Amino acid sequence: MKLSLVFALSLLATPALADWQQTLDAARGQTVYWNAWGGDARTNAFIAWVGEQTKAHYGVSVVQAKLSDTAEAVTRVISEKAAGQDEGGSVDLIWINGPNFLAMKEQGLLHGPFVADLPNARYLDLGPTSPASVDFTVTVDGMESPWRLARFVFSYDSARVAEPPRTMAGFVDWAAANPGRVTHPDPSNFMGATFLKQALIELTPDASALQQPVTDAAFDAATAPLWVWYDALRPNLWRGGETYPANESVQQQLLNDGELDIAMSFDPASTAAAIADGLLPDSARVFVPEDGSIGNISFVAIPYNAANAEGAEVVANFLLDPETQAHMQNIEVLGSFSVLDPARLDDAANTAFAALPTAPALPTLAELGPTLLEPHASWMTRLTEEWARRYVK
Amino acid sequence: MSHDGRLLRTAVLVVVGLGLIAPIAIGLWQTGRAAFGILPALGQDMVSLGPWHELADLPGFATSLRLTLVTGIGSTLLSLVLATGFCATVHARMNTSAGARMLTPFLAIPHAAMAVGLAFVLAPSGWIARMIAPHAGWDRPPDIATVSDGWGLALTLGLMIKEVPFLLLVILSALSQIPVARHMAAGRALGYGRGIVWIKMIMPQVWPLIRLPVWVVLAYGLSVVDMAIILGPSNPPTLAVAVTRWFSDPDPLMILPASAGAILQAVIVGLAVAMLMVAEAAVKRLGRWWIRRGGRGSSAEPGLWAASALVMALMAVGALAMVSLVVWSMAWRWSFPQLLPESWSLNPWSSAQDGWMRALSNTLLLAGATVGLSLGLAIAWLEGEDRARRSRAPWAEALIYLPLLIPQIGFLYGLNVGFLQIGLSGGITAVIWAQALFVFPYVMIALSDPWRALDPRMIRAAAALGAGPGRRLWAVKLPVLIRPILTAAAIGVAVSVAQYLPTLFMGAGRIATLTTEAVTLSSGSDRRVTGVYATLQAGLPFAAYLAAFLIPAILHRNRRALSGASAT
Repeated sequence: MKLSLVFALSLLATPALADWQQTLDAARGQTVYWNAWGGDARTNAFIAWVGEQTKAHYGVSVVQAKLSDTAEAVTRVISEKAAGQDEGGSVDLIWINGPNFLAMKEQGLLHGPFVADLPNARYLDLGPTSPASVDFTVTVDGMESPWRLARFVFSYDSARVAEPPRTMAGFVDWAAANPGRVTHPDPSNFMGATFLKQALIELTPDASALQQPVTDAAFDAATAPLWVWYDALRPNLWRGGETYPANESVQQQLLNDGELDIAMSFDPASTAAAIADGLLPDSARVFVPEDGSIGNISFVAIPYNAANAEGAEVVANFLLDPETQAHMQNIEVLGSFSVLDPARLDDAANTAFAALPTAPALPTLAELGPTLLEPHASWMTRLTEEWARRYVK
Repeated sequence: MSHDGRLLRTAVLVVVGLGLIAPIAIGLWQTGRAAFGILPALGQDMVSLGPWHELADLPGFATSLRLTLVTGIGSTLLSLVLATGFCATVHARMNTSAGARMLTPFLAIPHAAMAVGLAFVLAPSGWIARMIAPHAGWDRPPDIATVSDGWGLALTLGLMIKEVPFLLLVILSALSQIPVARHMAAGRALGYGRGIVWIKMIMPQVWPLIRLPVWVVLAYGLSVVDMAIILGPSNPPTLAVAVTRWFSDPDPLMILPASAGAILQAVIVGLAVAMLMVAEAAVKRLGRWWIRRGGRGSSAEPGLWAASALVMALMAVGALAMVSLVVWSMAWRWSFPQLLPESWSLNPWSSAQDGWMRALSNTLLLAGATVGLSLGLAIAWLEGEDRARRSRAPWAEALIYLPLLIPQIGFLYGLNVGFLQIGLSGGITAVIWAQALFVFPYVMIALSDPWRALDPRMIRAAAALGAGPGRRLWAVKLPVLIRPILTAAAIGVAVSVAQYLPTLFMGAGRIATLTTEAVTLSSGSDRRVTGVYATLQAGLPFAAYLAAFLIPAILHRNRRALSGASAT
């Protein structure tokens, strides 16, 4: 009886969905070790919620391996490969993008392509130039699945700062007028590098050159104005530019402590969220440079030797469920913008998104202005190396 | 009987060799291979000096090296001087066991938790600045680098706050083996100042007894990672932190220069210890000449008082740091320049409950397992020595100290590769094993002296009554030694709770403990949740010490001679 039902269902189902049923069956009972940066309590809480849901719906448990840097998980997979552990690996799912994705993809450390197999991928715009298909100009090729939208924004305390800088160039004058009140995370950190990239896109003579892999000649020509700008800015940075906060969370804490007037984030909702959590004063607000800011999508990828790859796919698929994305975009939960294409959602889902609560420090999509494309990942590596060569003594 | 003893000793030797020495050797071997260009997994199989050239060319390498030397050697020497000066001034005036009890919180709290507290107390927006702010008229924190400063002063201070109490304890226990009062009386009668009697007569006798612990402090200070991440400079950091970061660089080929850095770290510690030995020889020579000159040196007194005042100041800052952890864990908003939170909440405890409960249970499991194993091995080792009626050979003593003298970063990466090859990595077993490498030495050291000091007449009486070696162990030695055994266990718990790198490297990031979570959270934005983890992290070892104090007191409430040090 049961067997014949399965048989009947398999006749009805499309081949892809039949495969998906196999994935669901294999995934049941698995525990997925999701390696994700652990510095943000709300994200950690969201990941815990995801685990509760996948456990209830699919019998898949999620354990977050909290990283202080995503590269830790990459290194772990590499050392497993080094030791010949090609299956049963300890990392099942990684929150990843940019250089870490490029490194893993180039070295064949990823499982996939798997994104097209996920039933909820139908809500994504997977066109060749869509942000969901291109990660730092590297084609995704189905090797990682999107889960949250990131936009580079600044936050400031409106009680202390009347007029934040309007452009990246404007930071020089603003810092000269307010010495020691602004800085950026260490460029060895993702967010510090993004600050430099944001300035590079605005200051470089030809921003389209940044979409090609970097060459020596292109690098020198494109970055010359950046270093002039930075040399003018640096003396007026916090601590005279001798030291930098380790990451954006530390910088947010410095904003809360009153040691700084400006912090930055890759999440437009983080300021409103931090106010609600008592981590920033009520007067904190968001601003973006006039010409727009860098945006990208955060992905999840599965290592080639993951012990629980099926479970990881189930989690990746759950993350793309419209209900999950609406829950995630809720400012009271995480406040991260959805990665789904509104045109592909049904009315019920779109209404759910429209009904989400709002907050004074939460910018609207219009206020965020245009999204600037990330430069090719090779630029970030060269940029941070060159910065270290110039300024780490 | 001697056959039985030999069997026991062989078993202990095999366990120590395979369990403790082999992992270190394998780890150093694997790291060393990578340091000279051999990393087959990445297609690197040519012996070369390339990784060393790369290491030397990495930005900030020279500064990292300098920072490591200045903070590691500086904090050790300053701690030694201050601890000595403090003992010289205070020893005669205080009750030793009461003093040791006062040190307990400082010994129990892990380095990372102390660092988290200090980072707040010392910060430009921290507690000390908030006390000054109303008087100095600051409406915003001053732009001064008081933590993560380029000189590593905050890190040096943090290390001293942890190492001075440790050295005080070591010196106090050494002093109990020396007739201090008699020497002091003789010296004073000959007209020497109190301080100079200490330097000329007492310290030369104390030094051989504290030499190894000072080496351990030196090795630790040169290679500390968790405290240096939180309090040390970041641009560039100390060598140990830089190496830890290079090991987790997105570019896997960075493992090669990172391994070279890890080996260099081990070489630095070796050289620093060698330097200390040379200095000891030089001081010995100079000291003889100085003593023969016969200066009475009453002028040394102000220096000693200054040292004591500095020690008290260090303790006060350390105490503030510990209190700040608890206060933050119960704060909601606490902004500059408020001395106390504007609003209180238990939300940090309740909202992060799932997280800290899991971390706490992992930490308890690891502490229980490592301390159980270490205690078992230590007792077997000591009993083996008893049955052989032999004292410990110098090589055996060196074996015990080995894991404490080789920097963790020097062999943990290689050991992880070794563990992966036998399929152990990423699990609780691997973490227990790696932690036990560091827990066992402390348990062994803590238990050795009390074990040897056991009154031999009790054993002889038991033997005369017909008790065999096994019964003498179970029915006489262990019950009589319950207090030192529990103390050794408490020290083991403190060591296990504090382990950061072994847990991180061997646990594949999966085994979250209070310490790994506190260090990760300290690079986050929520000091309140960090406060929760750090409070628990400090509270757990403290509870272990308290238990080690209370359990024997209850068990032996009607056995006055067994109620511990207070009876003598």
